[in-house]
Amino acid sequence: MAVSIFAAIDVGSYELELTVYEISPKRGICQLDRIRKVIGLGRDTYDRGIISYDRVDEMCKLLTRFKGIMNEYQVDGYRACATSAIREAENREVVLDQIKVRTGIDVDILSNSEQRFLCYKAIAAKENEFNNIIQKGTAIAEVGSGSMQISLFDKDALVTTQNLRLGALRIHQILERAGGTAVDKRQLIQEFIDNDIDTFRKFFLKDRNVKNIIATGVCAMYLGRGSQGDKQHITAEEFQKFYQDLRDLSEERIAEKYDIPLEFVSLIVPGAMVYRRLMEVTGAELLWLPGVRLGDGIAAEYAEQKKLIRFTHDFSRDILVAARNIAKRYMGDKEHSAILEKNVLRVFDGIKKYHGLGKRERLLLQIAAILHDCGKYISIRTPGECAYNIIMSTEIIGVSHREREIIANVVKYNTVPFDYQASLDKEMRIVIAKLTAILRVCNAMDRSHKQKFKDIRVSVKEQQMFITTDSSENIMLEQSLFTQKADFFEEVYGIRPVLKKKKGA
Amino acid sequence: MSELKEFQKSEYFENRELSWLQFDLRVLGEARDKNNLLFERLKFLSITASNLDEFVMVRVASLKDMVHAGYTKKDIAGLTPQEQLDRIGVGMRQLVETQYSTWNRSLLPLLKKAGIVFIPHHELLTESQAAYADEYFESSVYPVVTPMAVDSSRPFPLVRNKTLNIAALLKKKKGGEGKGTLDFATVQVPAVLPRIVELPRGENGERCVILLEEIIERNMSRLFLNYDIVCAHPYRIMRNADLTIDEDEAEDLLKEIEKQLKKRQWGEVIRLEVEESIDKRLLKILKKEFAVKDEVIFPINGPLDLTFLMKLYGMDGFEELKQKPWKPQPVPEFANDDDIFSNIRKGDIFLHHPYESFDPVVDFVRQAASDPQVLAIKQTLYRVSGHSPIVAALAKAAENGKQVSVLVELKARFDEENNILWAKKLEQAGCHVIYGLLGLKTHCKICLVVRREEDGIRRYVHMATGNYNDSTAKQYTDTGIMTCDEAIGEDASAVFNMLSGYSEPLSWNKLSLAPLWLKNKFVSLIEREIKWVKKGHEGHIIAKMNSLCDPVIIQNLYRASAAGVKIDLIVRGICCLKVGIPGISENISVRSIVGTFLEHSRIFYFENGGNCELYMGSADWMPRNLDRRVELVFPVEVEKNKERALHILKVELEDNVRAHILQPDGSYEKPDKRGKVLVDCQEQFCREAKEAAKALKKKKEDPAAGRVFIPRESPEE
Repeated sequence: MAVSIFAAIDVGSYELELTVYEISPKRGICQLDRIRKVIGLGRDTYDRGIISYDRVDEMCKLLTRFKGIMNEYQVDGYRACATSAIREAENREVVLDQIKVRTGIDVDILSNSEQRFLCYKAIAAKENEFNNIIQKGTAIAEVGSGSMQISLFDKDALVTTQNLRLGALRIHQILERAGGTAVDKRQLIQEFIDNDIDTFRKFFLKDRNVKNIIATGVCAMYLGRGSQGDKQHITAEEFQKFYQDLRDLSEERIAEKYDIPLEFVSLIVPGAMVYRRLMEVTGAELLWLPGVRLGDGIAAEYAEQKKLIRFTHDFSRDILVAARNIAKRYMGDKEHSAILEKNVLRVFDGIKKYHGLGKRERLLLQIAAILHDCGKYISIRTPGECAYNIIMSTEIIGVSHREREIIANVVKYNTVPFDYQASLDKEMRIVIAKLTAILRVCNAMDRSHKQKFKDIRVSVKEQQMFITTDSSENIMLEQSLFTQKADFFEEVYGIRPVLKKKKGA
Repeated sequence: MSELKEFQKSEYFENRELSWLQFDLRVLGEARDKNNLLFERLKFLSITASNLDEFVMVRVASLKDMVHAGYTKKDIAGLTPQEQLDRIGVGMRQLVETQYSTWNRSLLPLLKKAGIVFIPHHELLTESQAAYADEYFESSVYPVVTPMAVDSSRPFPLVRNKTLNIAALLKKKKGGEGKGTLDFATVQVPAVLPRIVELPRGENGERCVILLEEIIERNMSRLFLNYDIVCAHPYRIMRNADLTIDEDEAEDLLKEIEKQLKKRQWGEVIRLEVEESIDKRLLKILKKEFAVKDEVIFPINGPLDLTFLMKLYGMDGFEELKQKPWKPQPVPEFANDDDIFSNIRKGDIFLHHPYESFDPVVDFVRQAASDPQVLAIKQTLYRVSGHSPIVAALAKAAENGKQVSVLVELKARFDEENNILWAKKLEQAGCHVIYGLLGLKTHCKICLVVRREEDGIRRYVHMATGNYNDSTAKQYTDTGIMTCDEAIGEDASAVFNMLSGYSEPLSWNKLSLAPLWLKNKFVSLIEREIKWVKKGHEGHIIAKMNSLCDPVIIQNLYRASAAGVKIDLIVRGICCLKVGIPGISENISVRSIVGTFLEHSRIFYFENGGNCELYMGSADWMPRNLDRRVELVFPVEVEKNKERALHILKVELEDNVRAHILQPDGSYEKPDKRGKVLVDCQEQFCREAKEAAKALKKKKEDPAAGRVFIPRESPEE
């Protein structure tokens, strides 16, 4: 059967959701059923740092029922993902183990950037509209219950993404704790929001022109209710009107007037405040509510992996553009990085048989090359450590936490002696070693930053890897430095890299 | 909503109880209608009696509760509970009087003419009949009756709700103690024996019947051997013993009553029916013992509890005096060899019961139960029949490994025990059973079958206006749709998700659900008609339902009428809307159809500026339906189905045989038939269903009817 049934479970901070999809090359991804239930995991985590036993119990019972529904549809595959409530809970491992033991369901904790990337994929899966929207300056703003994510586009590529702690549930809980009148509280929240958004504007938005905002996440769910019917496109003016009602009416009245479930109203109001501020700051004219959920992204990724659908949008390019953007912020040497990028890929491709790594690792290596010198922005003496810290605290959309750690380590060991005892798992350590070896060798080739090795060829013969350049310049400096780096390369791959000038050059 | 204010005056509304009495009067009208066959008239009379019983038990009891609770809030017609009770009392007395004058003056003589002698009193038995009756008493009745006398050592016994009893005054026989004083005794007429006893035929071969209580009365002395029977008369009580508070009441009242629950007078007698000729002394004792006032005592001129007439209807013979039983016709769309799912895939199928057979609905579940491609069946069950083939099919499906979820509504009035029994059975078979929702009655009728097919998952949905009950489907007029429309399928899944306790869907495609969305949906549909009128189009609403008493809906209808929208309502039962109020409801007509079949379907038509929309569903326009029940209303989408639904409405609007038209004074009158072609909608629908089935058969049989020649393979023998 060319039709595949897939279930995505979103263990969210505010509600758990099971979505069953029918995926086929012919019709794409169609939603069959969506089952949601509010379980406020985030209330536990954001308040007390751990998820209570009662909630775990409640969650397990619900997941067992979800499992029943998956059986009912006889799903071909499923993926369950947890987000910030579990990610940030101190007892997350115990919780996941409980779930596994009691329901048999494996729940993956998504890093923030993975989670956002999945949502982004779901948005991009709505190809026509998405491509249309990003013609003008666009930002994706996802206000969830725990935090918000703002991602900016440059032309058709996503360049930067930032996570702000402006989650609706979080804000709501601050509100609950705060004393004072309703007006005081609103003032407090407004300041709280303004503070974060203004910082974002200063450092990231700068003079970028944003005309459209794509709103997703739990708070965007009911923003379309303000106008007649459930609109997907809202003008700034329409939104302002809706916002005023939300601000002025009681929760009960809002629920009634706009037909929003009462338990969501308390999230929608702070959510709308965040969106309003964001629209003000950016001067955006249009809000698009694609109505996508995390589950849609999980399904999209599954469909892509199983080759049931193909995206026209190039997500690797987003990642690379974002990486270059980070490099730019830390004033990396653009020409040097460009050559390095090219060379590491040549070497990587040239010794495929020897490293056995895949496409994804190739991408990580490429990013490492782009970011390899960002540490110098902080310190010229310890660029490796600094780069490591920068990378570990900068989100790159579409790159998982684990992958980011690989990149950071590769960049670090580019200059710091490799530590075979590093507290990383074995698999990761090997990948890091392999990528580091390539980066080191290639970096050494452009030590002079004069791009002497602009066009190299790589060939392996009798335990030797020959890197040949056409350059007519003197390569003495590179060759001398090369030896030390070549030792490590040989340690890792068992082949000795040799620099050569093309005959006659 | 402020613009509704001018339509809220209490004089614009009829009290719902009084309107209900009007309805029972209309049914009684059918019993009085000479155009109806005699036995049909008996049946109608019986129905008025059982209707009234239910009315007293539920509605009167509820009003009594309010009075006891000191609740004085007025209803939409501006009446306090006590005022309502007073007026209902008057109305009920009139109704009862008419019931018995119909019985005594019209039906009894007609029965005699037809060859059945109904002997009203045992004193009128001939000698041989009397001997037969006594013999019957001795052999069959005596062993099962329990005579209960009351004296200083034996307190007044518990007389059970709704039972028929005989009260007697006894005097000790000579020589006994306490000579001269009268003792009270009571005997319950055993419910296990048939109420009607057929006696040996009369001299001219006429059949003779007498009621069981008369035979007991005649033989009272055998029950109390040491006494002389001074007098004996049948009586019947109705108690306020409903364990649940009627859901129709406002929420604040429910709270009030809950508080008062302890004070509530359990088992209070709210009606006492006695034979008109009852001995004064006997009545005094009953009055005292049951603690009743005169206003709840109903002296009856004839046999108590007329529901026995339904049994009389069941007597064999007299077929010419009974309407021929209707045989539901096959549904044309299914008259082929394809399985039910293939047929639904050809297009939405419209069902109209009982004109068309209910079998496809049963088959739908049955085939799903054994179809290997079916993954799941989900269904709501409200009232089902005793040996429901649907319940059996669901159990079978679970045994076949399908996921079966069933929502069983336990709160369905009077059916509770029955429901629990088979719900347990379903659970044992492996179905997932939900025993209703807290605080809400689940009234929607929907069945979802999920099937995994070649090209993916496909959902088949049946939605209807009537219950999944194969026996009532032969008497109730209901409509339904079978479809595999994707959007409806998705909504149907969402309905069951909500019924399973999950959150509402992010949005609905086509279905509208009470109590959350439906009322607003109707209001907005009415408002849309007003808008069309304002734009210079014609506005037209036709709505058919069982009852209309939701104030918000009525106010909006008034508003629409005032704006110039034409509104034609077909409301079988209660209608709190008044017609002909100048400036308010001049554009509204209301008619009620009372026929052999119980009108039960709910169909709603909105003209929508020429692009008409039709909906059907389970909801009446009553607060209980729109605010306290899970109800479902669905659109009729396919053109040919829209035509059929509209056709039903149109024929019912043309009806001049079964229809009663609401007058501005609140009474109902039959339309003037002079010079008009008679239209009996139920009869016409029967005819049409027959013709459709016949046409199909003909098409199948008549080879020349097709455009394809059928070559004969070999000469016929």
